[in-house]
Amino acid sequence: MRSLKLWAAANNAYFLGVGLCLLAFAVYFGLPPIGALLSAMMDGLNALFPADLPLFTYSPLPFTPNVLNTAAPKAVLLALVAMAQTLPVLTRGLDLSVGAIFVMTNCIASVVISGTPVDLAIGVLIVLFCGTLAGLLNGLVVVFGRLQPIIVTLATGAIYLGIALGIRPIPGGGVDKELSSFMTGLLWGQVPMVLVLLLFVVLFIWIPFRRSVIGRGCYATGSAEGAAFLSGVEIANSKLAAYALSGLFCAIAGLVQTFYTQSGEASPPSAGFYTLNSIAAVVIGGTSLFGGFGSAIGSIFGAFSLRTIVDWLFVFELPPLWQPLFNGIILLLAVCLGAARVFRVRNRLELFT
Amino acid sequence: MQRILKYIDLPILIVFGFIFILWLAAVALDASFFSVGYLLQQLQTASFLGIIASGAMLVILLGHIDLSIPWVVTVGGMMATAAAGWWGDAGAVIALPFAMLCGLIFGIVNGLGVAYLRIPSMIFTLGVNAVAQGLMVLHTGGFAPQDHTTELMHWLAVKRSLWDIPNVLIVWLFVGAVIVFMLRRTPLGRYIYAVGNRESATYLSGVSTRGVLITCFALCSTLAALAGVLLAGYSTKAYQAMGDPYLLPAIAAVVLGGTNILGGRGKYLGTVGGVILITLLQSILSVMQMEEAYRQVIYGVVIIGMLLVYGRSAKVQS
Repeated sequence: MRSLKLWAAANNAYFLGVGLCLLAFAVYFGLPPIGALLSAMMDGLNALFPADLPLFTYSPLPFTPNVLNTAAPKAVLLALVAMAQTLPVLTRGLDLSVGAIFVMTNCIASVVISGTPVDLAIGVLIVLFCGTLAGLLNGLVVVFGRLQPIIVTLATGAIYLGIALGIRPIPGGGVDKELSSFMTGLLWGQVPMVLVLLLFVVLFIWIPFRRSVIGRGCYATGSAEGAAFLSGVEIANSKLAAYALSGLFCAIAGLVQTFYTQSGEASPPSAGFYTLNSIAAVVIGGTSLFGGFGSAIGSIFGAFSLRTIVDWLFVFELPPLWQPLFNGIILLLAVCLGAARVFRVRNRLELFT
Repeated sequence: MQRILKYIDLPILIVFGFIFILWLAAVALDASFFSVGYLLQQLQTASFLGIIASGAMLVILLGHIDLSIPWVVTVGGMMATAAAGWWGDAGAVIALPFAMLCGLIFGIVNGLGVAYLRIPSMIFTLGVNAVAQGLMVLHTGGFAPQDHTTELMHWLAVKRSLWDIPNVLIVWLFVGAVIVFMLRRTPLGRYIYAVGNRESATYLSGVSTRGVLITCFALCSTLAALAGVLLAGYSTKAYQAMGDPYLLPAIAAVVLGGTNILGGRGKYLGTVGGVILITLLQSILSVMQMEEAYRQVIYGVVIIGMLLVYGRSAKVQS
């Protein structure tokens, strides 16, 4: 019992993201008891405000593999970019270039992935390598240039967007049809392939990294850089690894994007959207913006809840014009949930940390 | 004289040196740039960014950041043109104050979220930006908005009435003078630097740090809205996402000018230099008819390169 309490105390930052994610799914798919409750509520509202056509509608989508496969890609893309954002944030940095690397790798993938199976494999490796290299470059400037990550990645983001524009001045290009239909399809007709890919990334990249010496170094660096240095943690290597891995995650997202759109587009709005939403997803997922605490798995929950809640609009059949406002209010409210700590603080000085 | 010399530090020297070199480069490209007219033209273009960067600087001095600038700029432009449409002649008079009031409201919301809810500014202002975007999409999509600018807005943004000086430059000079006075001669200015250095210590010294935070965020958004009004006057209409190209250059200008992104240190003259530098750089790259792709790359490389010269922080040793 006591250990359970301790566990809950140590992990309470993650409850918000996981809870929000479950709620988002429950409303989206009309899972019991939330679905029944909402239906009853809408009936009640319609009875209160009678009209020719019912004013309030609630039509959750069925929980089937196909519905899942149309909803999954957007969520997985944001989840991957949010995972990429998590690593620099853990080292008490921030990466404003994740969206740009994502867009750049999308453009690269639309050029190199075609031909024989060997060519395809090489193409995928090139994309992953370019993403990692871009991330590593961020890390090198941050570590050896000793500049603030936020301003460095602001500038490198412009560079990567420029490269993306150079590769694809107008949207176009293509990707191998067979590979893309395999990656966008269902595994055994049941599970969306992208979800399998995400699981694969978590199991074979994130968890081993989290458990490695360098992964722990990232947490140590983020929570107290000076103390970590004095304890012999390789802070330079940890930071470099965090930024490089962040680039790799972006490249994976860029690949997935290419498989879905079958083309490459150097779109600055898209880069901005992913960068900004990745920060929101990271925060909702329980990672501290002050570094040293959090997990990429939490960010996945954060990304899933953000993406699903925005799609509530279709479930409640609101006019599409309201979508941006709805999106914004949800984002703001989700962030405000983090203010709960203000009411728990006993000493006001603790607020300033 | 000594006071002025003390005010000028290394970043300011380097930024203005770099501006001089860029100007020489521009003259090398086209001899007609060797004129007061060209410089005034550049300053006119720089004024919009300058007004936005002035507000951004206040927030950065606190150690915070305001990512809601893009859509607050758009709110400013759209509300000014909308006011002119809604209320006819009376609207034309109050268009400018009304737009700034709308900006002020967004700024106060930002400030409340950061000061009272203690949510990191980066993420809270991001949410406010999204809400502002949603409201503006609704505003333009729900019914046909009036998107013509008033005489006053056009006069402020485009015309030159005092000798050959663009009016918008005078607006920027006025904003700049007020901010310099505020930062150097009023208690609020001292508090801003103090909060940026260590908020808890400032709080313990009896300063209402919440008030300082809210004031700065409110000023930042009000100035962003003002810039939006002027931009709408400049291009004779307000349009979606008109503020998007200004967020990153504004932050870059402030940081290039030697203001510490973590807060507590920075001079307004540096921000002025940063703004002119970025405007000049953009102008030269477009005169060279360089493709957008290379422009972005050069832009990024120049920012990093300049910061590497003087923006480096101390090595971690303990």
